[in-house]
Amino acid sequence: MSPAAESPGRRALRRFLRHRLAMAGLVVIVLFVLVAALAPWIAPADPNATSWTAIRRPPSAAHWFGTDENGRDVLSRVIWGARASLMAGVIAVLSAVAIGVPIGLLAGLAGGWTDAIISRVADAMLSVPFLILAIALAAFLGPALENAMLAIAIAAAPVFVRLARGMALDAASTDWVEAARALGNPPWRIGAVHVAPNIVPALMVQATLSIAEAIIAEASLSFLGLGMQPPDPSWGSMLNSAQRFLVQAPWLAVFPGLAIFLVVLAFNLAGDGLRDALDPRGERR
Amino acid sequence: MGIWLLRRLGQVVPTLLILSFLIFGLQQLMPGDPALVLAGEERGNPEVLAQIRAELLLDRPLWEQYLHWLSRVVQGDFGFSWRIRMPVGELILEKLPVTFQLGAMAFVIAVVIGVPMGILSAVRRDRPADWMANGVALFGISVPNFWLGIMLMLLFSVELGWLPPSGYVPLTEDFWQSVATTIMPAFVLGTGVAAVLMRHTRAAMLHALSQDYVRTARAKGLRERVVVWKHALRNALIPVVTLGTIEFGRLLSGAVLTEHIFSIPGFGKLIVDAVFNRDYPVVQGVVLATALIFVLLSLVADILYMAINPRLRRA
Repeated sequence: MSPAAESPGRRALRRFLRHRLAMAGLVVIVLFVLVAALAPWIAPADPNATSWTAIRRPPSAAHWFGTDENGRDVLSRVIWGARASLMAGVIAVLSAVAIGVPIGLLAGLAGGWTDAIISRVADAMLSVPFLILAIALAAFLGPALENAMLAIAIAAAPVFVRLARGMALDAASTDWVEAARALGNPPWRIGAVHVAPNIVPALMVQATLSIAEAIIAEASLSFLGLGMQPPDPSWGSMLNSAQRFLVQAPWLAVFPGLAIFLVVLAFNLAGDGLRDALDPRGERR
Repeated sequence: MGIWLLRRLGQVVPTLLILSFLIFGLQQLMPGDPALVLAGEERGNPEVLAQIRAELLLDRPLWEQYLHWLSRVVQGDFGFSWRIRMPVGELILEKLPVTFQLGAMAFVIAVVIGVPMGILSAVRRDRPADWMANGVALFGISVPNFWLGIMLMLLFSVELGWLPPSGYVPLTEDFWQSVATTIMPAFVLGTGVAAVLMRHTRAAMLHALSQDYVRTARAKGLRERVVVWKHALRNALIPVVTLGTIEFGRLLSGAVLTEHIFSIPGFGKLIVDAVFNRDYPVVQGVVLATALIFVLLSLVADILYMAINPRLRRA
């Protein structure tokens, strides 16, 4: 098939599939999603089952990743921890998109005072560093995984407001939106039908990269005790207790951190690949 | 430039005002009655509760509470810590130099690693050096810095015993001891910023190298070294300088966890401790202070951009 006959979406997909690093990222993401989904079946032990006879044992054939300070199997906890991390990352970012995009579109299409107020609120929120904003929100909401997710979603939303607003402004000046307006379409319809689909590519790239950031944020909040509450496993809270046994049981700190690093790396690779694939300028940057 | 500066300052004021509104609003998210938290042991005594409510204006309408709070913040009074029994402003000023030292060291590390790597990567585009630099940047962006901190501590303090695992010695007390206690956290803090700086520098250099004036410089037979260092780099660094200034804000964010791990008594540790102690005025104060610093930095970044880009100065 000649490239000229190809639809933009199909071309982007073809380019993404050929992007080796992005595919590697995607494979790792799929693997972790499978691990999280199948946790009850693939975890070798109950992640919360303590044992007096196996406290802080180094990795062995019985416990591949060793055991922690309460004799719990670290591998099982890392497997179950994937649920908290992925869920927090994906749900927080989807919520941020659901909050941010409609508000951003509204700002871009309505203009005037609506735009001025929304833009200043987004500016104000973006002037507080992401993690500090998330920590402050989580602190006031109280420690729980759901609150951490909500805090991350709110902290991540302004980026999507700004993105959607900019894209709406771009789209609003195009001829097809002008034509739609001339035909008498109401603003909400122009927003939903003519503008929203055009921002999907940029949104997908930003969302993928934001998931990477949200996973680190969830791990950070759990590390500080503001996310997943004990005894339920999350990579961040495992690292928190691991720090107390750095000398006696270094393996406790290695595996949960490695898991965070791999997932975040995978989302970053996929996001970069997506950006390259969707870039309308030529086959490569 | 004068008018431009005034207009830019005019943008800052509403942003700060909205910010104050949001930070004040944080309190409303809090479940339960702050008076009960503060009363502690005496929570059963209605007189004490009434006294606390009157003192904190909790019995007044919300807008009155906000105006009162704002009027004090504008005068530099950030409130009073519930736990440490000290003015929040004083606490922040006390911790700020520590974080500033850490941040400055981290920034130097980030620039020294990130900028040359970005230049190298752009000049050697699509060759092994470029791949390697991109790989390092990807690592820097993806590694959670609190985990990197723990791993380095494991290597350099527990295994090798070269550096103290935690603690802090002020610069004024013992210069080398101070550097020894902060070099590892500064490196941890710097990696993420180094990665971002590398990507910015690479993109800016690639852009500059594709410009007509670079082609002209090459066409008239200038040596590649002169083209890269004199013609391309000077122009490429303009956006990097401004972005670098804003990246300093990212350092503050990263400092929270880094200071927590290495037990460095700075700004980040202050907010974490405040969160654990439910010392809400301190949390609010720290958020407000970081936002102020960030807004100020973006202002500096814009002014720098104007100052180093002669084309904008005339406009």
